[in-house]
Amino acid sequence: MSDQGLSDQSSVKRRSVIDTLEIDVRLLGMLMAFAAVAVVFTIWTGGTFVGPRNVFNIAVQTVPVGIMACGMVFVIVARHIDLSVGSMLAMCSAIMAMCQTAWLPTVFGTEFGNPAVLAATVVIGLAFGTLMGAVTGWLVGYQRIPSFIVTLGGLFVWRNVNWFTTNGQSVSLTDPNLLMFGGTEGVLGSTASWILGFVASAVAVWGIVASRRNKQSHGFIVKPVWAETVMAGLIVGVILFFVGWLSRYPIPAAKLKRLFEARGEVMPDGYTAMHGLPISVLILIAVGVLMTVVARKTTFGRYIFATGGNPDAAELSGINTRVLTVKIFALMGFLCALAALVAQARLQSHGNDIGMLEELRVIAAAVIGGTALAGGVGTIYGAILGALIMQSLQSGMAMVGVDTPFQNIVVGLVLIIAVWVDILYRKRLGLSK
Amino acid sequence: MIDRTKPLVEMRDISISFGGIKAVDQVSIDLFPGEVVGLLGHNGAGKSTLIKCLSGAYQKDHGQILVNGEEVEINNPRDARDLNIETIYQTLALADNLDAASNLFLGREIKKRGIVDDAKMEAEARKIMGRLNPNFRKFNVPVSALSGGQRQSVAIARAVYFNAKILIMDEPTAALGPHETQMVAELIQELKAQGLGIFLIEHDIHNVMKLCDRASVMKNGQLVGTVDVKKVTDDDILAMIILGKKPSHLAA
Repeated sequence: MSDQGLSDQSSVKRRSVIDTLEIDVRLLGMLMAFAAVAVVFTIWTGGTFVGPRNVFNIAVQTVPVGIMACGMVFVIVARHIDLSVGSMLAMCSAIMAMCQTAWLPTVFGTEFGNPAVLAATVVIGLAFGTLMGAVTGWLVGYQRIPSFIVTLGGLFVWRNVNWFTTNGQSVSLTDPNLLMFGGTEGVLGSTASWILGFVASAVAVWGIVASRRNKQSHGFIVKPVWAETVMAGLIVGVILFFVGWLSRYPIPAAKLKRLFEARGEVMPDGYTAMHGLPISVLILIAVGVLMTVVARKTTFGRYIFATGGNPDAAELSGINTRVLTVKIFALMGFLCALAALVAQARLQSHGNDIGMLEELRVIAAAVIGGTALAGGVGTIYGAILGALIMQSLQSGMAMVGVDTPFQNIVVGLVLIIAVWVDILYRKRLGLSK
Repeated sequence: MIDRTKPLVEMRDISISFGGIKAVDQVSIDLFPGEVVGLLGHNGAGKSTLIKCLSGAYQKDHGQILVNGEEVEINNPRDARDLNIETIYQTLALADNLDAASNLFLGREIKKRGIVDDAKMEAEARKIMGRLNPNFRKFNVPVSALSGGQRQSVAIARAVYFNAKILIMDEPTAALGPHETQMVAELIQELKAQGLGIFLIEHDIHNVMKLCDRASVMKNGQLVGTVDVKKVTDDDILAMIILGKKPSHLAA
């Protein structure tokens, strides 16, 4: 109980800029990988890749996998796996498709496009997703069936219950209230986007200041002011750049004209409007922020990480790991339902193959984002960044005309290389042998 | 110093079986405030199993547990904690990926408006560690980066911080060097003086003679006997461990 050598040494060592800024080196690595992908494809496509239109599309396409990857982080951190997320997405999508087109309108006699139908649909869909997840969690937590088996079974079961729910037919979805969640049909426009951007920046800065004050009030050493300022500047810069960029993506004139006609008005000459932030991306950001708060600042999150680090210790510390398992999978199910809402709104239909193989992309996103399959380690922002890197790669390859099979080969290789680099990095740091 | 009027803990006729094998067979032991009772025996004698009934890690099949004279049901570690029973496990039971403060408060986090107050917990952790191990500095790294002694002090801090009345220590010095062992010995004396009752599972007979007031010896799941450490020699206790019966001059 008298080891002090190490701690004294490290405090004497001069700290590098990255250390002082307290940037996660792993995050830095991912950002550099992301930047590399962006630069390569920007040059290759002559600039189209980073154009507002493509940035918008990549952001929108990332959402479903990104949302589910957030939940997958918790599942994997707690030493479980969920192979059924793609099928659960399909199941939730089927339930919601049937609710809004067939069940609710006939049962309640409400007409098409009534917002109440969609509201009820969303509530039912989210509740059903949560329930599916909770059942998985109960089988894993209370019945002690390995999660790999339960969710592998779930993959088959839900995929095919989904088939029966819609009788194997695709369901076309046209409710404008639903399509708002899909992307191009649901955007804030540039003014609202800028307002939101500034509000988000203010909240971020306030968060940094509040955290610093709290640390100081307990007499801890805090980062130098310049380091805090640089970090705050970077965060605000990214937020405002993203908002500004998407606010440069114009809505096509023909579509604007249709919108005006639908309201019974005539579009003034020279009228233009920009997309701004899509609602679906805002959902992903909200999920990411909330899940990060849950992971770091609630006992629920703390217990998930403790259980992943040492299940016996968690149990002996009085944590009810069974209830915890149910909650983790229920949350995963909820997020699958949310992803289903966005996915079906973007595709404007529910098809049998919706979410097919999505479980593997979700797991890949979490793992590329630094979540360790051994449990105990993982971040929400990493998983979202992982999903974004994969989507950017695919989008870029599609733009330069790489065939789909080859795209999948590259994504597979990237997954393996990401984990390999991580292992090398940990070896060099001496974190593992 | 030991208050012999009312036992803090009584475990009566405790039995536990695992798949037909009796790991603990009708064992009765007790503990008074301010007392250290050593639990001795070979590996597999049932010491840890018996004590895990008290800490809530296992459930007894038969028998009674009384705390302060009242019968209690301990079905899980939460129940034990509610009775102010704290345990330092041989494995230390630390979540390696979390820092010292998170481990110290695991399951009992300090919260502010529903949010975990990490700064407050770190401040409290610094206070208690300042008392137990003044050289401890590594508050912001996962405990996997700590040495054996540092990890041990985190585990001890966790048991001591929450005002334990009954402390269970499962080989607390097994992984420690001589200097650190001495610190644990001093801590045990201090806690004893505060009126805590301590069950100490220990293999080192010299530590038992030095630290314990009484010693209960187990063999093959059964209690060989409980002796007053001051009235016996270390050879007597060794004989109990090896032969499985009380020496004739004690067997009155």
